[in-house]
Amino acid sequence: MDFLNDSSHWGTFLFFSALKVVMAFAVVMPMVAYSVMLERRLSAAIQDRIGPNRVGPFGLLQPLADGLKSFLKEDFTPSHVRKVYFIIAPAVSMIPAFLTIAVIPFGSVMGTQAMVIANLNVGILYTFSVVSLGVYGIVLAGWASNSKYPFLGGIRASAQMISYEIAMGMAAVPVFMLVGDLNLGKVIEYQANGAWLVFKQPIAFVIFLVAAFAETNRLPFDLPESETELVSGYNTEYSSMKFALFFMGEYAAMIAVSALMVTLFFGGWTLPFFGLNEAATSIAGGIAHILVFLGKVACFMVFFIWIRWMIPRFRYDQLMDLGWRRFLPLALANIIITAAILWMQHL
Amino acid sequence: MKIKRTPLTWFEKLYIPTLISGFKVTVSHLFRKKVTMQYPEEKWTVPEGYRGAPYLVKDSKDRTKCVSCQLCEFVCPPKAIKITPPGPEVNAARGNIEKEPKEFEINMLRCIFCGYCQEVCPEEAIFLQKDYSLTGESREEMIYNKTKLLELGGVRDSDVKKWDKKAEDAAAQSGH
Repeated sequence: MDFLNDSSHWGTFLFFSALKVVMAFAVVMPMVAYSVMLERRLSAAIQDRIGPNRVGPFGLLQPLADGLKSFLKEDFTPSHVRKVYFIIAPAVSMIPAFLTIAVIPFGSVMGTQAMVIANLNVGILYTFSVVSLGVYGIVLAGWASNSKYPFLGGIRASAQMISYEIAMGMAAVPVFMLVGDLNLGKVIEYQANGAWLVFKQPIAFVIFLVAAFAETNRLPFDLPESETELVSGYNTEYSSMKFALFFMGEYAAMIAVSALMVTLFFGGWTLPFFGLNEAATSIAGGIAHILVFLGKVACFMVFFIWIRWMIPRFRYDQLMDLGWRRFLPLALANIIITAAILWMQHL
Repeated sequence: MKIKRTPLTWFEKLYIPTLISGFKVTVSHLFRKKVTMQYPEEKWTVPEGYRGAPYLVKDSKDRTKCVSCQLCEFVCPPKAIKITPPGPEVNAARGNIEKEPKEFEINMLRCIFCGYCQEVCPEEAIFLQKDYSLTGESREEMIYNKTKLLELGGVRDSDVKKWDKKAEDAAAQSGH
């Protein structure tokens, strides 16, 4: 095991990368499960109900029961579907959410290892390209189901996601203009040395936030799913674990997008007090940073879930109007203003 | 009727008032008393006159009121009731008055809770009570016998003290 201390050895890189991937999975999967749980309990509280409280103490084992149920249910494939696409669609919708997490720095350092799976210099470009892959799962599901409601859901998903992808990308541009680097680690460094970017770029943050809701198909933008009009949209024909994969994919995407927002606008793993702004020197410090990051992500998850019970769904034309006629010009204006300010500072 | 639709103000178009009011409503509900009834632990109290499971009742002197007239067995639409009358032998403890059934069975899986048995009973011996959602692990368990029915039924006196009088008469006759 000597090679573990030799940071130039290729085996070290491989070993720690694998370890980090496994750890990330081990953290994200329970987070997905418990986000569902949280959603159910919180929505119940908001609707004057109690919510699932039977399985285990306070119903805390409910996610396990749900998972088990999904596995045991009949995996029904309707005869009219396009089989291959029908089967790969749930996986296609789930994988991008996890891929996004690869470039997000979820902690500072532990020992000699930076707490990021892939420290890419084009981090955010990678993120945007992967996030936009998420729509393929839904479109594929809608099309492969070969029935009208999923089809409508798929069409809506593609239109919505493409529209908001642009606003989202545009909103993130000023952030990188300020930071001067596309690496997400550098973004955090920049925020640790100054103020969080949410204070410097509030408009960019609001646009990014709303676009994130649209990207993850959360209410008020859950048009691809819209239970009331499209039965449940793209996943109408799915059952058993395939349905659960869509469900988990949605929540994993929420976590990924929350992590991204924490990184871009809320200082990532840093906190401006208790000396948590600098990279950790001890293992305990490293763990504290990871907990800070997870705490911030959890706050965003609660926000995501809460919003769902606050605002009714947007109409399709309102959604398009908001995306193309409000947010896109606003994001462009934000870029120009930021550029102008930066230019004046350099004069 | 013509509804006046006022155009949204610029502030309303920002969706901010909607967000604030939505937040207010959700927060106010978050801490409100929950309406959920945790079913097996908590149950509804059913209203008076509710037609639940039919049970046999006793009077306050611990006498079974049923006299095996079999009217309820006859009237029961789904044939859920089965009565075994006592036959010619005399119950020494009860003297020669009224025939207490040897066995009285109600199949709760068949019973439709119509209340005909209660209506037809000349002795006011069977009543539809407040139990609902009867459960059991087998079909046999759902056939309630006399002991069980009496135990569940409890005591219910009527204003007519017919049996007291009959007992007095019997005592008076045996005194001669």
